[in-house]
Amino acid sequence: MGAYFSEIFYGLKSLAIGLGVTFKEFFKPVVTVPYPYKTIKMTERYRGHIELIENEEGEPKCVSCGMCQRACPSGCISLASKSVEYEVEVKGEMKTKKKKVLTKYDLNFTTCSLCGQCVESCNFGAVTFSKDYNLASSRKEDFHFDLLKRLKERNS
Amino acid sequence: MSGPIHIRPDETFTLNVGPQHPATHGVLRVKMEMDGEYIVKAETVLGYIHRMHELMGENRTYPQVLPNLSRLDYLGALGYTHGHVLVIERAAGIEVPERAEYIRAITVELNRIASHLFWFGAFVMDLGGFTPLMYAIQDREHILDLLEAVTGSRLTYCYYRFGGLYNDVDDDFIAATKAVIPMLRKSLKKYDALVTGNIIFMKRLEGIGPISAEMCRKYGATGPVARGAGIDFDVRKNEPYSVYPEFDFDVPVYHECDSLARYKVRMDEMEQSLRIIEQGIEKLPDGPIMPKKKPKLIKPPKGDYYQAVETARGSFGIRIVSDGTKNAYRFKLRSPTYSNMSLFDEACEGMMIMDALAMMGSLDLVIPEIDR
Ligand code: SF4
Ligand code: SF4
Repeated sequence: MGAYFSEIFYGLKSLAIGLGVTFKEFFKPVVTVPYPYKTIKMTERYRGHIELIENEEGEPKCVSCGMCQRACPSGCISLASKSVEYEVEVKGEMKTKKKKVLTKYDLNFTTCSLCGQCVESCNFGAVTFSKDYNLASSRKEDFHFDLLKRLKERNS
Repeated sequence: MSGPIHIRPDETFTLNVGPQHPATHGVLRVKMEMDGEYIVKAETVLGYIHRMHELMGENRTYPQVLPNLSRLDYLGALGYTHGHVLVIERAAGIEVPERAEYIRAITVELNRIASHLFWFGAFVMDLGGFTPLMYAIQDREHILDLLEAVTGSRLTYCYYRFGGLYNDVDDDFIAATKAVIPMLRKSLKKYDALVTGNIIFMKRLEGIGPISAEMCRKYGATGPVARGAGIDFDVRKNEPYSVYPEFDFDVPVYHECDSLARYKVRMDEMEQSLRIIEQGIEKLPDGPIMPKKKPKLIKPPKGDYYQAVETARGSFGIRIVSDGTKNAYRFKLRSPTYSNMSLFDEACEGMMIMDALAMMGSLDLVIPEIDR
């Protein structure tokens, strides 16, 4: 009989303690952010989808070596280039030289795992992570990014 | 046309728990043969989200598999990637700078606390209490913020590299971690008051869902499940790896074998992880985070390599058979939850369904990790 009452007493006490905890919590400041109206600034190292980096002239730094394409585990980078001839002055003479120019740099973000292999494998520092995260869409095509176009849009 | 359904007393019926069921925390299906509220026989059906991580490990180069490991267990991902980098480093003979190892230990332990916190919330929610989940997620958020600042992602980290780390931690991280530790200690006390002492909670778990030490041995259960059955086994202590021998911490063991024991093990483990983080920050040496000499192409010599690590869910083993090329010949993952789940069929026989679901919660299941 005594055990029965002591259990009831213990039960009531434990419930009161629990209520005390939630009651105190009730007066604490709100910690959440009302998302669409307010957003949080992403940290320095946040890894969004990748982005091309431009050089001083506003052209992509990329030399189309294809290292990133080969390093990517998901095969989501596809790039193309053409070689153009240009003239340089070497020892007073005009010479024509060839260089590769990036014509296409597509990212299929649907399969990207944000691993960073592409960024690390690039020896020219030509790709980096963006800070984009508001990327919701119901269409798959919206996640095929033309990074070259994005770069041009950013510059214009 | 529908009238009341009459079930004869000797008749059993089949109940499908899952594949879409809130109590299984993922796409797991348990086919239960029920006699009223009692389980006669249960059969776990796995494989709904099998993604062939092992095969992917075999037809990709070693660095390309790095992101896969964090997709196994989305709650405690760093522990799994830790095992992966350790085995490759041993196979390829790469030296790891001390600073990198310390940072790994600190981040793994932070991740373990985050995982346990989430489990705590979800477990109490399984039992019908919703509020603790909110508190637990709020505390976990602080840890995720810390990890996001150094790793760049919140759940599926890809932070460790063969030989070291992706990038170094800064003073902000150290200061913020130091601030988070006392805050978490306070929260753990709060959880104790709110949940552990609660009479309803105790009545639901005490003596319910027995998993004996023999059963653990039979099915290879590890981690908090085994430690709640009185088996004193923790890979960090029994087969020390990384810098764990440098730390002073205890392995909580309970002998009651019931759901409450497993709960208590995890709650105590969080405190121990906090101790490891404290010591790690104190001892954190200066220096590089990547070795000076590192092979450009990872090609471990021919051989068979195995490494076990203690993750939040138990002992995770990774075996790599190398044939000397840049892909692994065999890539085998031994995931702890798979073994822990295997004993469920036998353990839940004859139990009430609500008790069985409480026991399932106490196993701390993460389905992608079972299915790999
Ligand atoms: S982050 Fe990884 S998966 Fe994404 S494009 Fe780069 S290499 Fe490919
Ligand atoms: S982004 Fe870098 S690695 Fe990729 S093609 Fe361009 S230069 Fe090469």
